[in-house]
Order: sequence, then C-alpha cells, then structure tokens
Amino acid sequence: MPNRNELAIFLAVAVAGIAAPLVLPGYTTQFAFLWVMVVFALTWDVLGGQMGYNSFGNVVFFGLGMYVCAVVQIAPFTDLAEYTSASGTQDIGLSHGQYYLGLAVGCSIAAVAATIVAAVLGSGILALRGHYFAICTLGLGIAAGEIAAGIDLIGAGSGMVTPLYPGGIGSRERFFYFLFLALAVVVFLTLRSVYAGRFGLAINAIRDDEDKAEAMGIRTTRYKTVAWCISAFFLGIAGGLVGNIVGFIDPTEVAFAGATFGVWMVLMAILGGKGTLWGPVLGAAVFHVTQEVFWTYLFGWQRVALGLLIVLIVVFFPQGILGWLRERYPERFGHRIEPAEGASREGA
Amino acid sequence: MSELDLLFQMPVLNLQLLLDGILVGSIFVLAAYGMALVWGVMNVINIAQGEFVMIGGYVAVVFGWIGIHPLFAVPAAAVILFVFGWALYRLVIFRVVDRDLFVSLLATFGLSILIQQLLNQIFTADVQAADSGFDTMLFLNGMVSVAQIKLVAFLLAAVIGGLLMLFLRVSRLGQAIRATAQNARAARILGIDTDRVYAATYGLNAALCGTAGALVAMTWVIQPFQGLAYTVRSFMIVVVAGLGNIGAVIVAGLGLGAAENFAGFLLGAEFQVAFVFSLLVVVLLWRSHRLGRKRRYLR
Repeated sequence: MPNRNELAIFLAVAVAGIAAPLVLPGYTTQFAFLWVMVVFALTWDVLGGQMGYNSFGNVVFFGLGMYVCAVVQIAPFTDLAEYTSASGTQDIGLSHGQYYLGLAVGCSIAAVAATIVAAVLGSGILALRGHYFAICTLGLGIAAGEIAAGIDLIGAGSGMVTPLYPGGIGSRERFFYFLFLALAVVVFLTLRSVYAGRFGLAINAIRDDEDKAEAMGIRTTRYKTVAWCISAFFLGIAGGLVGNIVGFIDPTEVAFAGATFGVWMVLMAILGGKGTLWGPVLGAAVFHVTQEVFWTYLFGWQRVALGLLIVLIVVFFPQGILGWLRERYPERFGHRIEPAEGASREGA
Repeated sequence: MSELDLLFQMPVLNLQLLLDGILVGSIFVLAAYGMALVWGVMNVINIAQGEFVMIGGYVAVVFGWIGIHPLFAVPAAAVILFVFGWALYRLVIFRVVDRDLFVSLLATFGLSILIQQLLNQIFTADVQAADSGFDTMLFLNGMVSVAQIKLVAFLLAAVIGGLLMLFLRVSRLGQAIRATAQNARAARILGIDTDRVYAATYGLNAALCGTAGALVAMTWVIQPFQGLAYTVRSFMIVVVAGLGNIGAVIVAGLGLGAAENFAGFLLGAEFQVAFVFSLLVVVLLWRSHRLGRKRRYLR
C-alpha cells in the first residue's frame, strides 16, 4: 500500500494531469507528449535502471507498434499498397466507430507484436552482456529503421499517413491526451507492483551480480526476457498512439527515431535517477518541460545540446536527481542514517 | 534474384566486387585497429569512433575547398585528430576510464551524438566527397575497373598500419602503451604515467580514425550521420578478431569490406546500411552462441 506521502503525490499528479488540458487547452499536444515521455523513461528504466542492461534499441518496439497499428487501422478499409503509394492524398474517411475500433484493435495487436518480437529477440540478444548488449541494441534500432525505409508496402522512405481522426480539431488532442495519461498511469502502476514483488528482486539481483544471481537459482535469461517484453508491450501501445497523434510515420524520424526518442529515453531515465520508480517520471517531466520552454531558442542546435547534456549528466551527475536527493536526505527515503549504511549505498 | 544469376554468368563481376570490397576494407581495418587499441588499453568502447572518422573526412573535404590536394589531408587529419583526441581525453574520457563500463559507454555515446550534430550544423547533412583527381584503371579488357585512389588508399592504409605496429613495438611510449594494456597497476608501480599513456592511446586512436576518414572522403562519400556505421564496423571487426591480434583484424576488416560489397550488390544499395547493422546483431549472437556452447561443455 502506498504511504501517505506517496498518496499525496499521486493525488497531486492526478489532479494536475486531468486539469492541465482543461486549463491550458492550447498546449494539449505538448502535455500529451509529456506522458509519452514518462512512458519512454519508465519502460527504458526496466532494463537500464532496474536490471542494469543499457538498451539503445528500445525504440524498435515503439516503431514496430506504430507501423503495426497503422496497418491494422488502414488495411481493412482499403488496399494498403495503393494507400501508401498515394502518400496521404487518399482519404479513407473512417467513421467514429470504425476509427475507435481500429485504434483499439491496432494498439492491441501492436502491443502483442512488440511483445512477441521482444521475446524472440530477447532470447538471443539478452544472453549478451554489458557492452555487447548495448551495442547490439544500438545496431538493432538503426537496422530496423533502415529496413522499414526499404519496404514499399509501408511507404518505404517517404513514410505513411495515419488515418484522419473523425472528430474536430480540439477534441482530437484531448482524446489522445487522456489516452496517454491513462497509459502512463497504467505503466507506472504496473511497474510499481512488479518491482515490489519477486520479479523486482530478481532483476535487481541480475543488475547487482548476474553470475551470483544465476548461481542462486534465478533463471536469469527468462527474467531478462520477461522484463524486455514488459517494456516492449507498453512501447508498442505508445507507438500506435503516437503514430496517430503525429499523423505521419517517417521511418527514421518518427517511428525508429534513434536520434530523438531513442536517445531521450536514456537521458530522461538517467537524469531523473535510474533504478528508481519516480526517477524516470521526474526526469521525463524535467526534460520535457526544459525542452518545450527553452529549446525553441536554440535554433537547430537542440541536438547538439542533447549530446552535450548526455555527456555532462553521465559524467558529472550519474546518480540523477532522485539519486542525489537520496544521498542528500537519506532519512526522507526511509533509510536509517548510519555512516556504514551511507557508505554501502554509495557503492551500490 | 536476377543479380545472383548475373554473378554466376559473369564470374569476372565477382572479381570486381571482391577487389572493391577488399580495397575499402583496408580503411575499416584502420578504424578497427584504433578501437581495439582503446578497448585493450583503457577498457573503454569508444562509440564516438565513427565520428572521428567523419571529422577526418571533413578535413579532407575542407582541404579540397581551399585548393590543397586531399592526399595532404591524410597526415593533417592525423595531427588534428590526435590533438582532438588528446583534448577529449583531458576533458571527458579521463573521468570515465576507471568507472563502470556503462558510464564510459554512455559518455562516448553522448560524445558521438554531440560531434555528429556539430558536424551537421557546420557542414549540413549533404553528402560530400573530396575529389582526388585520380583516374580509373582498367584490367581484363575493361571488364574490371579499379579507381586509382582506392589503390592509393589501400597502400596508405597498409603503410599507416605498419608504422603504427613499429611504433608500438619500438618506441618508449609504444612499449608503455603495451605494458599498460597488459597490467595497468603493474605499469603504474614501475613508474609509467598511465594517465599520459591513456591520453596518448586515445589520441592515437583518433589520429588513426582521422586518416581513415580522409581516405573515406577521397574514395567514397561522407555525411555527418554515417559515423555510427563505422563505429559498428570497427566493433564488429574487433569482436570477430579479438583484441591484440592484428592479423585477425586485417582479415576480418578486408572480409567485412568484401561481404558488404557483395551484399550491397545483391540486396540493392538501399539495404547496405541495414546489412551492416543486421550483420552486427548476427555476429554478436553467433559469438554468444559459441560462448554458450563452451559453458555447457564446462557444465
């Protein structure tokens, strides 16, 4: 059960989350992406923080979900090859019912497809360790984008337009905003309950010492694969939804966007404090707000700043905001303040 | 697969692809050897490797702009990149050398994004090349063509590789580098300033990549976002060849060049990059499979 502090934070976030688009309707899309970022950071942290496996390729599941969802939404109503070759000029004019049903089915299939891919890939790739895993996933993310950019059926390099939302302009943003809010809450609560149990202990053990964990009888590969599947499941759904709110799927800039989403995931989780539950949420919020407020002043230098930010954070601030707070005020986090405890925590 | 048929009907085409691949592969060998050096000595996997290659390439492009023959860019890129690598070590890398593997991985990953985007801002995302002005030679009644610049690049790569090996074997600094690779602690006890050795190693790696990049700009094209492909190629070559085995690095590098060329021909040029990255996944899985077999045997 959540304690009183946590309950208060939950309530505050819930009130702010529901009030935000109503108070500032002009920024609904930006707020929606805040929740997407929260999902990104949380799902990255399952492997990167809790399990100690730095993945640069989680964006694969996101992009896959985006394409699968769009295909499922379009294919029943028109010829897919014709639709993509018309590159957006063909309007299939879905009714409300068709749209919502298509979106629901599309996201479900996207989630399942991403999970299956994670399981298949994971059973091989998660046997790799350390550097090898990280670089392998880096290759995977780029390979996926390049391959998607070569398949004509889904529009190849020129991308693919997702179906038009049947409602009005303002209602579309609000609709997706609440979907993303719900998704972020579900992801958070799922991970919270998962971390609290045996599973959380097992993946933490894998992070701390994988050989020992295996020697203790933990089926490490199985746990690792399941952890990746959890990430992939939610990223698949997020991908399907983001494809619809953006309205256009570019293989390397939107779907398998290693240079933006793929990097942001890592950065946000580390910024907030990897290996903690609230850290990625905090990191996502801080990063997204900073990005929306200041980055327009950088005139195209945003991505340069992004690289610089990664270096600075990784080198000088690797424990993240929450990790720093925990070191500073251990009593607030329920740790006894004994010198020995503090020292051992620093080593961990 | 009409391309495959073509290969069987025209055996000379195989020769052409093989030759081109091997000549290009020699450039991969340079970058891969640099990566093996940094990996072996500092235990850092430098994801910014490919970006160093690209910087070297842009040195050659700029030389072309100001009217100096791009071949002179090869030594110039080596010097510039050595200084750059040294400075980067003093600024960033020395803070992560002794830390967790992930810290150095993420830090160099950040550096790679930083450099890549800086290059994009300065030189735009256009594909560029440095024109060397060399001819193309024809063999076998014009059936096989070899661009002279590729041959020059191959020979230069061989010379640079030879010089490097000589340097590591004979010079004091080279010996210190090898000693540090074997056992950094013992090297420190014996009075080697390992910090300096690390800085020199990182600088040397950057210089190697710089020369490779200048050669790439002359034989091929460069573009700010192509860097990662070179990182992955280097990594792949080192994984296949192992650390500290120069012969294997050469064979793996030339083999990769040839394989890539054949794949580019068979699958179409648009899938060549996808092939490189997919091959990485396959190579790593194959490695883990072999390790797994060894593990079962021990059990």
